[in-house]
Amino acid sequence: MTSEFPVDGHIILSGDDIRRAVRRIAHEIVERNHGVSAVALIGMHTRGVPLARRLADAIREFEGESVPVGELDIGLYRDDIPSLELRPHLQRTEMPVDIDGWRAVLVDDVLYTGRSIRAAMDALTDFGRPASIQLAVLVDRGHRELPIRPDYVGKNIPTAMQESVQVLLEETDGRDEIRIMRTDGEV
Amino acid sequence: MTQEKLGPPTAPAVAEPPRAWTRSHLLDVDDFAPAELEVVMQTTDAMKEVLGRDVPRVPALRGKTIVTLFYEASTRTRASFELAGKALGADVINISAGGSSVEKGESLIDTVRTLQAVGADVLVMRHWAAGAPYLVARHLQAAVINAGDGAHAHPTQALLDLYTIRNHLGDVRGRRVVIVGDIEHSRVARSNIWSLLAMGAEVIVCGPPTLLPAGLRSQKASRPTVEENGREAMALPPVQVETNLERALEGAEVVMTLRLQKERMQGGLLPSLREYATLYQLNEERMSRAQTGALVMHPGPMNEGIEISPGLASSLQSVIEEQVTNGVAVRMAVLYLIARGTKQ
Repeated sequence: MTSEFPVDGHIILSGDDIRRAVRRIAHEIVERNHGVSAVALIGMHTRGVPLARRLADAIREFEGESVPVGELDIGLYRDDIPSLELRPHLQRTEMPVDIDGWRAVLVDDVLYTGRSIRAAMDALTDFGRPASIQLAVLVDRGHRELPIRPDYVGKNIPTAMQESVQVLLEETDGRDEIRIMRTDGEV
Repeated sequence: MTQEKLGPPTAPAVAEPPRAWTRSHLLDVDDFAPAELEVVMQTTDAMKEVLGRDVPRVPALRGKTIVTLFYEASTRTRASFELAGKALGADVINISAGGSSVEKGESLIDTVRTLQAVGADVLVMRHWAAGAPYLVARHLQAAVINAGDGAHAHPTQALLDLYTIRNHLGDVRGRRVVIVGDIEHSRVARSNIWSLLAMGAEVIVCGPPTLLPAGLRSQKASRPTVEENGREAMALPPVQVETNLERALEGAEVVMTLRLQKERMQGGLLPSLREYATLYQLNEERMSRAQTGALVMHPGPMNEGIEISPGLASSLQSVIEEQVTNGVAVRMAVLYLIARGTKQ
């Protein structure tokens, strides 16, 4: 399968698009859960964490309620073993609440094979027994390898396996932008 | 959807954390770059979080086998490696030289080859001979972690000491750290000197002249490279040497005192334990020369009343128990970093 995108990439979501997607997801979370009581947002490192904070800010803005935000590093739960140099370093894991009985919304930037989400669910359930686990992602790029589906999606972007989706966020990368690019070196 | 063509993406404004870990063994910290030490510290933070949970167990090293092979006695090091391995979901097997085939005359290399043949992924070893883990690392596919080799190195102790100091003082750059006691025979001192210097601390070693390494004794604060028979001998670390404890403690922010091994007396290096305690015991009165609230550390096991006064060991300044606690988290970090690279 050949890609329609060049190696150096196209912007597929601008900063404004991201802002609108985050606000829409925030509304959907409130709607789905009939409010935000017992809802906690758990951002997955790296870029899920600022996204979870943005969702919480948006919810506070239009609901006037604070939603607890946690952060989760799934490094200790991964089933693959990346090479030494490419292994991301472990980052902070912090649960804002005793997760028992809460509706935990996992937040990540890109949903791809689903393996990270599997690891995140394992990690989360090590902390207790949430009433439910939901999944919010900014981009769903397809190619699932596990029976996992998101509850909230910023944008569905059909991709080829040899393409990569790069999410840049102000908090981690200095600007808001999502781009898609080829990774196989062919032009 | 915007579809404008772009140049190559620029580097993120906020860099990813440094990916500095490329080691498959941990033999000493003498060649560690600050970025590598940072990786261990950061990973240890994550492990502390795991240890704080109701069920402190994660599956990171599930299916890995860790063997601890100790040719010398140990309580805390061995126990903390075992706890660390189990908290990461690994299988841990403990082997002591006493009671194993070593007693039947099996050589070190044959012993470790056997352990590898039965599936050890990581070998944590303590040996009375300096350099033994280096020899083993050359002969094995398994990863080797040095848990103390003779008077040479004890890298995980240095890492847990660094972690403990940073927990209290933050950045160690420019901090005055005094190491007191039998420096000559101390692997703890040797490894700590390297990691503390790498992170920019000012290190002062203090002890009776007979218990200071010969090279350091004559040395001013510099890093000479000694030429011996045309070969470059090991560079001496730029530490300050002080034989008077009162002077060494002036303005200290961290004071580590070392266990005085009683067998040293037999070699004629010390006149008596009482004389050592009189001149070099760390006590409340002497600590008043250090900065207020300076940390008191000891790698254990302690001889209370000899190198440290019982009152000081249990004072608010003492972080000795915390060192033991942090030992588990640091060893989890090291096992995680090392063992994830081994073949499954």
